[in-house]
Amino acid sequence: MTSTLDINGKAVTVKAAPETPLLWVLRDELGLTGTKFGCGMAQCGACTVHVNGDPVRSCVTPIAALSGAKIATIESLGGTHPLQQAWVKHDVPQCGYCQSGQIMSAAALLAQTKAPSDEDIDNAMSGNICRCGTYQRIRAAIKDAAGLTAAPVVAAPQASNDVDDDIAAASGSTGRGAGQ
Amino acid sequence: MNGPLEKLSRRDGVSRRDLVVGATLVGGALLVGCSPADLMSAGSKVEPGAFGPFIRFDPDGAVTVLSKHIEFGQGNHAGLAAIVAEELDADWSRVKVVHAPANAKLYGNSTAGIQLTGGSSAISNSWEQLRKAGAGARAMFVQAAATRWNVPVDQITVKDGVVGHASGKSAGFGALIADAAKVTPPESPTLKDPKTFTLIGTDRVRRKDSLVKSTGAARYTQDVQLPNMLVAVVAHAPRFGATVKSFNADEARKVAGVVDIFQIPTGVAVVADTTYAARMGREALKVEWDEAKAETRSSATIAQQWRDIAAGKGPSDLKWEAFDSKGDAAAASAGKGARCSRPPTTSPTWPMRPWSR
Repeated sequence: MTSTLDINGKAVTVKAAPETPLLWVLRDELGLTGTKFGCGMAQCGACTVHVNGDPVRSCVTPIAALSGAKIATIESLGGTHPLQQAWVKHDVPQCGYCQSGQIMSAAALLAQTKAPSDEDIDNAMSGNICRCGTYQRIRAAIKDAAGLTAAPVVAAPQASNDVDDDIAAASGSTGRGAGQ
Repeated sequence: MNGPLEKLSRRDGVSRRDLVVGATLVGGALLVGCSPADLMSAGSKVEPGAFGPFIRFDPDGAVTVLSKHIEFGQGNHAGLAAIVAEELDADWSRVKVVHAPANAKLYGNSTAGIQLTGGSSAISNSWEQLRKAGAGARAMFVQAAATRWNVPVDQITVKDGVVGHASGKSAGFGALIADAAKVTPPESPTLKDPKTFTLIGTDRVRRKDSLVKSTGAARYTQDVQLPNMLVAVVAHAPRFGATVKSFNADEARKVAGVVDIFQIPTGVAVVADTTYAARMGREALKVEWDEAKAETRSSATIAQQWRDIAAGKGPSDLKWEAFDSKGDAAAASAGKGARCSRPPTTSPTWPMRPWSR
């Protein structure tokens, strides 16, 4: 049994069973390894691709749901997308593993919101986590790509001498966001 | 550096199959399952080039620096390449970095002896080694140019990858490779006075990997795909220290694409044609864990026990060893309010995936 998918503007026939998540079809069957596997449960955003222009977590999206949909992966941006240029200019990536997903979420944002506010960026990017903590540069690069002047980086509040609170922070929410 | 080495030696005796499985699974933790002896002999046939193990020149003059350390976000590839480029007087825009192949003799961490990246050691253990590598290669090009132009060595200049002479003669690295490769490398090349550095310590040193990490082109261990490659995943114990008591793989073996299922020291491995099949096979696996030796305390409980110990309420047989007994820490910090505690964490400072060659 085969399925036909529209990936990066091409009709592609794949052998994977209909319930297979798009991520594994992209990576294992089509060799499009730019899309990353992070958590497998739509919690980290590393696997983000576009489906009809919307950012979608490919690790939990079965290909059966994608008949007729236009799918775009990081490979479709070609390396010269304004976001990719801004990512290089700001040296955004560290380990780089989450960045395909970050860029795809940002690309979907800019396609729909030409001049995103900080809040727009935080909302659009809140589902993409970065183990290296590159959030400040991600925000600056998105603004740069949108032709906006990034707000100056405000120094973090002075940490208290007593950081016992770290324990609560570490065991509770991850407490992150593009602005933190 | 003892930690990683100890971990490695504890793995002695793991079978080759375990190594292959471990390497496939854990990706970046390629070291898992190798003994130090294995690591020392790996890739021993790799030969250094004419300009040593760390530098290669392309005919077009581009310089490739072979990094003995893996780059997983620290930026060490740029830093290591800059050390070479500084002493070589290379054109920084034409310097590339690649991971060195497996060969502990050539590319071992000077501190640990094996090929190891960690402990913030990449730059410090490479500093003198790479300065000498860059300066040595530079001296070879200088000698080659002096011979070709029949002028004294001390009249040759090198700037941005161009070798020159006051007479107006000049040549890029590329045009001199063949001659320079025949020059005997100096045993102790002259290093620059750091005051004359033009690259190290400047904003010109930027990452070399930003573009490939922004296009999906950077290849991580999980992206390596070989003909007929199988994929393995492991059902790990839900608690640290737990071991497999028994497992039932009947349902897991029925998953299309699953090839084999077997127990390994850290759990149960499921091998399949594809990642998805391996994952589905693992989901269908029934494992009973022996938690007799497992860690069963919660993070909150452990944190509280640490606080109790710090407050002097810990176990009476707890032995303390002063890190440094010199001076009077209490007096030195008196009135300065320097108090700090750190939460216990099960999350080491590792990236999600390391970069691969």
